[in-house]
Amino acid sequence: MTLVKEAPVRPAGKRSAPPAAGRRGRRRENLAGYLFMSPWIAGFLLLTAGPMIASLYYAFTSYNLFTPPKWVGLDNFTTMFQDPRWQKSVEVTLKYVVVATPLKLLLALGVALLLAQKRRGQGLYRAAFYMPSLIGASVSVGFVWRALFSDDAVVDRTQKVFGLDAGGWIGNPDYVLYALVALSIWQFGAPMVIFLAGLKQVPQELYEAAEVDGAGPLRRFWNITLPMISPVLFFNVLLESIHAFQVFGSAYVVSDTRCGPADATLVYTCYLYQKGFKEAQMGFASAMAWTLVVAVALVTAVLFWSQKKWVHYEEAAK
Amino acid sequence: MTTATPTAVRGAGERRRTGSIAWHAGALLVLAVVLYPVIWVVGASFKPSKDIIASLDLLPTEPVWENFSGLADGISGISISSFFWNSLVYALLAVAGVVLSSSLTAYAFAKIRFAGRNLLFTLMIGTLLLPYHVLLIPQYVLFRNLELTDTLVPLVAGKFLATEAFFVFLMVQFMRGLPRELDEAAKLDGCGHLRTYWAIVLPLSRPAVITSAIFTFINAWNDFMGPLIYLNTPEKYTVSLGLMMFRDQEGISDYGSMIAMSLVALVPVIAFFMAFQRYLIDGMATSGLKG
Repeated sequence: MTLVKEAPVRPAGKRSAPPAAGRRGRRRENLAGYLFMSPWIAGFLLLTAGPMIASLYYAFTSYNLFTPPKWVGLDNFTTMFQDPRWQKSVEVTLKYVVVATPLKLLLALGVALLLAQKRRGQGLYRAAFYMPSLIGASVSVGFVWRALFSDDAVVDRTQKVFGLDAGGWIGNPDYVLYALVALSIWQFGAPMVIFLAGLKQVPQELYEAAEVDGAGPLRRFWNITLPMISPVLFFNVLLESIHAFQVFGSAYVVSDTRCGPADATLVYTCYLYQKGFKEAQMGFASAMAWTLVVAVALVTAVLFWSQKKWVHYEEAAK
Repeated sequence: MTTATPTAVRGAGERRRTGSIAWHAGALLVLAVVLYPVIWVVGASFKPSKDIIASLDLLPTEPVWENFSGLADGISGISISSFFWNSLVYALLAVAGVVLSSSLTAYAFAKIRFAGRNLLFTLMIGTLLLPYHVLLIPQYVLFRNLELTDTLVPLVAGKFLATEAFFVFLMVQFMRGLPRELDEAAKLDGCGHLRTYWAIVLPLSRPAVITSAIFTFINAWNDFMGPLIYLNTPEKYTVSLGLMMFRDQEGISDYGSMIAMSLVALVPVIAFFMAFQRYLIDGMATSGLKG
């Protein structure tokens, strides 16, 4: 920056022109740009945009992989909406999203507040709390969950101590979904880390000023912490609910491979998998997939719309 | 603090100490709940099969090795090591693919000014929110028509074509933060983009690259749906599917081997995590925040 002052001869200011400026240079930059991102462009066309168009087409056809797709118009959608198992899968998924997401975020925020204080061993705690987020998706942990929540196992016996004789959660259609919810909550580490990063950005002066004004801890949390981390909260709510809509592995592994008993864990993607890959109803499954896209888009849109009311972005800062 | 009277200092110190004890008590309580399943699986892998569900003890009264030695027999005539080898090949190919393609793409977004950059960037971010399931069926049809099912190609093709927008985004954010002067100086010295990318930007982006590599490794290692859909021959199964074979035979007698294998399958992930947790957690936090 100081260079500019010493050399006032150059009229255009700070940035020196690249060696091959002008139209040829610009064309070369364009070419370089597209060459560098050619893997992404190929991937986008072949594996994203192309498949999206194909699946939109399949959604209006009857297609079993072996004979060419046959156009059926809106048939897939009308059968889908009347299909009791589809309705069940929507119900199960919504229940899962609505119960698991807030609980997980609440725990993540609580622990983040705890870890935001400077204490010895903070880093170790943070790492340990984060670990389930990495291993939680594995089949191994699915098995562990199955063992912990099955009949007469640890959770069941602990319940009995409190006089709650429920039987195992895994075999019980009324409870098995909550075993999945518990598995999801257990992976609170990822949103926790994001909350922690957000908490670090809150200026300490605000707390000091509030303390001088006599605001208690609860008030400080409500009036300072919460508004200040609302962008991070928004990000976490968005990400976690979108993820929750797409849960599959745990439903498949923890309950049983048919997402039972009695379709109790028939999450949306599990039904989609059954329809597409077990029954080879690719058209129906594609219709389901597009309905999921629309649902996720709607949730995203509603969240973005709602953020005007509760998310505070600091414009004046810095 | 320095001007405070001695008694006030002691009061504050005491308050701080009780606060600290309460803090550690709270943190340890959460830690106990969080780590319980992990410790349980370690303990259970040394219990006799019949005790695994029934016993309330966290650790075995008399540790047995039969669960692990049972693994040596393999399952349905396939050795356990073949599952691990397949997973390893999958995970390493995935890492190579993501690092290479995502960093090239990220360099273009972050450092090259080309026409249409903003539009393409928006498209790329858009794919972040797209439910993967809408692509599942047409991609399957595509790879089936190319006769590539039952190979690793469908599982890693996307990694080599930068379809994991999260990592591209992570690297773009990081590369944008690198001082502009560096690549401008390189340009003045006559470096082309390829050289600037390879010799300057890529080495400086190491934290973002390492984060992406570790996440990719762990995701591929844990991946269940991909192998479930694309792999049919048990010899080609990854660890996730190998584990499912244990489960599907449903012999209660084999509970021990199943739990032992679950533990062994977690070892690479936990080892990776221990070695790189600092990168992982910081990467997670920054990528989340800068959005």
